[in-house]
Amino acid sequence: MAAKKITLPLTEELAKTLHAGDSVLVTGTIYTSRDAGHKRMCEALEKGEKIPFDPTDATIYYVGPTPAKPGQVIGSAGPTTSGRMDAYAPTMMSVGARGMIGKGARLPEVVDAMKKYSGVYFGAIGGAGALLAKCIKKAELIAYEDLGAEALRKLYVEDMPLVVIIDSEGNNLYESGRAAYLKEHE
Amino acid sequence: MREIEVSKITDVVEKLCIEANEHLPEDVKCAIKDCRACEDGEIAKGVLDNIIENFEIADRECVPICQDTGMACVFLEIGQDVHLTGGNLADAVDEGVRRGYDKGYLRKSVVKDPVRRGNTGDNTPAMLYTEIVPGEQIKVTVGPKGFGSENMSQIRMFKPSHGLQGIKDFILEVVETAGPNPCPPMVVGVGIGGTFDKAALLAKKALMRPIDSSNPDAFYADLEKEMLEKINKLGIGPQGFGGKTTAIGLNIETLPTHIAGMPCAVNINCHVTRHKSEVI
Repeated sequence: MAAKKITLPLTEELAKTLHAGDSVLVTGTIYTSRDAGHKRMCEALEKGEKIPFDPTDATIYYVGPTPAKPGQVIGSAGPTTSGRMDAYAPTMMSVGARGMIGKGARLPEVVDAMKKYSGVYFGAIGGAGALLAKCIKKAELIAYEDLGAEALRKLYVEDMPLVVIIDSEGNNLYESGRAAYLKEHE
Repeated sequence: MREIEVSKITDVVEKLCIEANEHLPEDVKCAIKDCRACEDGEIAKGVLDNIIENFEIADRECVPICQDTGMACVFLEIGQDVHLTGGNLADAVDEGVRRGYDKGYLRKSVVKDPVRRGNTGDNTPAMLYTEIVPGEQIKVTVGPKGFGSENMSQIRMFKPSHGLQGIKDFILEVVETAGPNPCPPMVVGVGIGGTFDKAALLAKKALMRPIDSSNPDAFYADLEKEMLEKINKLGIGPQGFGGKTTAIGLNIETLPTHIAGMPCAVNINCHVTRHKSEVI
């Protein structure tokens, strides 16, 4: 199955063409954030303040990279477990951040929000930090520098290999992939 | 009696922190490649290809295999005829971690308080385990442990009446609950017996043993094989996308225990199961 090439931003129209189980190569701008960054952004939104980037049609990569060695754009940069961002993901989607890149299961509340806001949850290969760093062509620290690895970064990625885990209709590869395997090997 | 300067331990810990994070052990690489050859699903094959490409890049370019360069678990087997000189042993180990994580451009992932948080900035302290053994050498093992998988680990205090079946069900339950979160294919470390704390340590030590080795007791060697097969019938597959390869290895370590108990700990690791040793 050939991977489908897509270019960000993740508009509603684009989101609706993606289905659970699709392999995609993503090009465009994404933003990094994990536990502490999400907490801060959601607190800002709660107070009616702006977050450090325009969330409209944005995609957030749950990652805390290793420090870049001299000459590198970024260090190893694979996904962290998305479930820890479940508490914040519906809020982020409510302001327009439609795409999420991570790994691992999501709560039903997140899937409900994805259906409501046409969100897409992409899986990057957990543990493949050296490989994924190769797709990151630019990295710029934009906020929360004090959080170290958890600071907010703006990345430009080219042909980042991802798999659609949960699509905007709520179809879930973690359920369908395993079910298909078990059915085949009954 | 042999005198060893603790600064020697600092140097070795520094080196092992970097090497363990950049180069996957050969047994883990072989197991991943063997599983790739057996997979038949398109997505599963693609994931394993990417995982193989990833550790090859890390090897070639000397970069961290995974961005979660872990907490530094350090095991010291210290010969009883060794006299350590030149400073405090725990400080020397922490200094090695500090230098290794700095020089190796590894991520600093340790917070100074579990509740109040706040990054320590240098990945210290190490999780240090010392054991006194015969001889006049020191074996240093560094196993950086990522928390995506650590978070999916569990311990249970069984009644003896639960027997072997209780343990088997528990191992499967832990893996099933972990599902896609710990970056499968995983490595499963099981500790059975001892006390509450020892069972957990045994499970961690099980992850430091090569996955192509077996428990020397045939009963547990058979159990390792049986449980690995059962886990790989769950269908979770690479990254949880479905497939044959849910785990690439399962090691069991045991200790005698109390007449009233049967502790069992299951420590989950990802496909980036790292450990590196050196003897001083």
